[in-house]
Amino acid sequence: MKLDAKIPAGELAEKWSNYKKHAKLVNPANRKKLDIIVIGTGLAGASCAASLAEQGYHIKSFCFQDTARRAHSVAAQGGVNAAKNYKNDGDSVYRMFYDTIKGGDFRSREANVYRLAECSAALIDQAVAQGVPFAREYGGYLNNRSFGGVQVSRTFYARGQTGQQLLLGAYQALMRQESLGKVKTYTRHEMLELVVIDGKAKGIIARDLLTGQIERHAANAVVLATGGYGKVYYLSTLAMGCNSSAIWRAHKKGAFMSGVSWIQFHPTSLPQSGEHQSKLTLMSESLRNDGRIWVPKQPEDKRILKDIPEEERDYYLERRYPAFGNLSPRDIASRAAKERIDAGCGVGPMRNAVCLDFSKAIKEQGKDKIKEKYSNLFTMYEKITGINAYEQPMLISPAAHFTMGGLWVDYQLMSTIPGLFALGEANFADHGANRLGANSLLQACVDGYFIAPYTIPNYLADELKAEKITTEHVAFIDAENAVRTQLALFLKINGHLSPDYYHKTLGKLLYDKCGLSRSRESLETAIIEIKQLRESFYRDLKITGDDKVNSELEKAGRVADYLELGELMCYDALTREESCGAHFREEYQTADGEALRNDQDFCFVSAWEWKGNNLEHELHKEPLVFENVELTVRSYK
Amino acid sequence: MKLSLKIWRQESFDAKGSMISYQLDKVSSDMSFLEMLDLLNEELVQKGERVIEFDHDCREGICGQCGIMINGRAHGPLSNTTTCQLHMRSFKDGDTIYIEPFRAEAFPIIRDLKIDRKAFDHIIQAGGYISTSTGQPPEANSILISHDNTEAAFDAAACIGCGACVATCKNSSAALFTSAKITHLALLPQGKLEAAQRVINMVDQMDTEGFGHCSNTEACEVECPQDIAVLHIARMNYEYNKALVFKP
Amino acid sequence: MSGTGLFLCFFLIIHLLGNLQLFLPPEQAREQFNWYSHLLSGNIIIKTVSYVLYISIIGHTIYALIITRKNAAANGTKYAYDKRGTASVWYSRNMGLLGTIIFIFLIIHFKDFWYQYKFTDLPLDAKGHKDLYTIVTKAYQQLWYVLVYEVALLALGFHLLHGFFSAARTLGVFHPKYVRWVKTLGWVYTLVIILGFMAMPIFVYLNGLS
Repeated sequence: MKLDAKIPAGELAEKWSNYKKHAKLVNPANRKKLDIIVIGTGLAGASCAASLAEQGYHIKSFCFQDTARRAHSVAAQGGVNAAKNYKNDGDSVYRMFYDTIKGGDFRSREANVYRLAECSAALIDQAVAQGVPFAREYGGYLNNRSFGGVQVSRTFYARGQTGQQLLLGAYQALMRQESLGKVKTYTRHEMLELVVIDGKAKGIIARDLLTGQIERHAANAVVLATGGYGKVYYLSTLAMGCNSSAIWRAHKKGAFMSGVSWIQFHPTSLPQSGEHQSKLTLMSESLRNDGRIWVPKQPEDKRILKDIPEEERDYYLERRYPAFGNLSPRDIASRAAKERIDAGCGVGPMRNAVCLDFSKAIKEQGKDKIKEKYSNLFTMYEKITGINAYEQPMLISPAAHFTMGGLWVDYQLMSTIPGLFALGEANFADHGANRLGANSLLQACVDGYFIAPYTIPNYLADELKAEKITTEHVAFIDAENAVRTQLALFLKINGHLSPDYYHKTLGKLLYDKCGLSRSRESLETAIIEIKQLRESFYRDLKITGDDKVNSELEKAGRVADYLELGELMCYDALTREESCGAHFREEYQTADGEALRNDQDFCFVSAWEWKGNNLEHELHKEPLVFENVELTVRSYK
Repeated sequence: MKLSLKIWRQESFDAKGSMISYQLDKVSSDMSFLEMLDLLNEELVQKGERVIEFDHDCREGICGQCGIMINGRAHGPLSNTTTCQLHMRSFKDGDTIYIEPFRAEAFPIIRDLKIDRKAFDHIIQAGGYISTSTGQPPEANSILISHDNTEAAFDAAACIGCGACVATCKNSSAALFTSAKITHLALLPQGKLEAAQRVINMVDQMDTEGFGHCSNTEACEVECPQDIAVLHIARMNYEYNKALVFKP
Repeated sequence: MSGTGLFLCFFLIIHLLGNLQLFLPPEQAREQFNWYSHLLSGNIIIKTVSYVLYISIIGHTIYALIITRKNAAANGTKYAYDKRGTASVWYSRNMGLLGTIIFIFLIIHFKDFWYQYKFTDLPLDAKGHKDLYTIVTKAYQQLWYVLVYEVALLALGFHLLHGFFSAARTLGVFHPKYVRWVKTLGWVYTLVIILGFMAMPIFVYLNGLS
């Protein structure tokens, strides 16, 4: 199969306008005849559902949480980027495009990234109109701050809860459409199967988590906005319920997966404190604006951190990357931290953390100013660790955070299954091999508010004439049976190990062998071990309870998918014999430990095709063509 | 440490529930409260028993999905903290801990500690938004908003919708939740045009959902994880009274 | 609740001011107090106000009963273990109980003074006014009666302490500056009213002893 990204013709800056000019439209009177299913109510899902409902389509919106407002976009802290150039510091759409494509280590499409930067300004307008309380200056104008990986201030923020505020804006827009009868929300519903008829996505099978009922839902298009799968590592900054099941089950129905092993580790998470831990809490990257990162120069330094004198501290980011210092991009900051921790210089009870120190900022700006900027983060830190970070350095460490990879989509965000769209973190599109801070909220919003509302109607225009599918179609019956069989199987195995056991074991395995750095050897071992773990899962799994409200049963399905996805991650990492962005292969590095990219052989997007249970995936390649930027070594020195 | 737990178990919405006792050893003080429940559930799986169903998701205090009564208080003994941010260092070896769902007629129990908070969605649907559609907005800096108003609007908008205010209120009133959204939008110029209709619709919906009346005991502010101020309730009343008086 | 409550608060001020005459030397007090009582019962404006007062008391009570029932319905099933009280002050949670004590007290109060004055033939004083003063002072010669009054007034005090500021909230006083004023005003008001009223029975009782 030949992958066609369907990138519009014309100059880079003209492509999106060209697309919009020529996109097919649906007559307003016909829109209400078309049903669209949107899975996920995060920024991408809620904004897409609301925007399409505003146009007049009939939307069914699904989420597994108890209300749409809880989707994990809510937890994004730092901010959202936009090329408004309000600070007059040289920002422009082109510069933002360039920063993003360079930040992604030249592993994303020029056209997609340019569109992201181009639509960024409109998002701020949109959010302000919805009532998002972005930070303001005393004159009433919007304020900005700088973020990792760039040299301008283009990040808009609402204290440390930008994701929450943006999400509430989208959620409120969704609730407005629900009150108008344009959207029907299905909360506490989990999509368990995609229904494909004649090669097109035509509906889903969902399970009502309140009753255990299996439901069929038909539609003219299906949108997956289900977020990332970083929870595959078990310990991550993601919510407990974040999962890959919707995209993975779509993948098994024919949608290709791309950049599967490109997973960003966030440098400023709280370190693991024990075996019981279920979650690593993120501290916003914005803290790096004022906090300085260091470790003791001497390994195994057991002194109280405050007592270590200035000259015995190693400010390793400032040392290694003088131009960007503490604001180096996430992949670089995370890897540098891992390097120091592995060298024995880690701090904290498990020696698995580095210091984020505010003493200098407090001395220079005063405690009140720091409080105004970060009080909620400092409070959160104290709640979790019991430590006052105004007095002592914070302890931070890298944690699995964001998946650049996801379903392969073309320029229209449509997967390889016609009628199946993937938005936000669920697709692979815009971030390449590494995402810049404050670009994820942006991408989710831009996909949902501005792109899908053009590209989905373009697809639907031809669907009007298509035969109306009902849920009585044999494909629905088959899909429902498959779901029922799997659920019954989980309940029947009756072994002795819980889904959490498998999740934790898989997570540890992936963290060690396919985490911040990987090698051929580690990946090959991981593949064997994952296969064994999967066999054990289907032999020794134990689920108690019934098929109604049963969180263990929900977990089992998600872990089953992770056990397959994890293996593909390893294959993806194994076949990419270079280091780029978040993907660091130990065999491919420079003498001073920096990533060594190979543009000759690997300037492509991997697109993996599912071939069947226990069969190897087939790798397709979408070559990346760069016409506007020169591929340079990504240096932040 | 060792704990005795007394946990509310209830099969379904219409079933009768009761407090069941459990013993749990090997609890570490670094654990979060929900990780302690994970540990208990792991033991229940090993014993072949149905696990305790409880709501949780982000486990960092922002999604609002977790929320249980711990020792008779919403989200447990600490003020302004979600259940997921409560850690076992707040308890002592040998403690007995009572764990119940948030209770209110408008929050039916689904199973064990899981409750249904759809009523909150209905209140937002009644008017908790600014009626703007994608594509309409003017340039962001054309709407000037003072620094202080923005900060005040943020303080209200920070509500996570967990329902602790309702659970801790002796009247099961949703006044704090509803007023937080009303204040957030009433403080912003974009939200002013619809303010009168919004407050009337949302307050009416709050009553329709079966929440009680606010009698200003201020307990909600103490338990609210986001420290949402009770003064928002006064502001909601102000907006409501104003709307009633000046309604055409 | 806030409207009727605040009117009752206002009435208490008038009531207190009038009753301060009890603190005058006995003979002067008798004359003034009886003259004042006569004035209140005759004046058309005062009469209107008194009807508003009756309506307020009844309205305040009935509405309280309705709200209490609705709130009980909103509560659903009870908590098996309830320590919610730690998050608020006791009197704010027990307005109903305090209100009931006040209501029972009012029945006694009305029966002993208001009813007697209005519907029975009292002896007249030197000026020809009904001699309520004697009725009042006689009542306060009994220690148990004084104690009942003191307890009821304490209940009223706590009821006012929460009620005054709660009413302001319900009417929509949200600005932090004015909220502070209202809180202070509420305390001053409550202390003056309650200490004033509490002093009267004690004063009369002690006067009677000496």
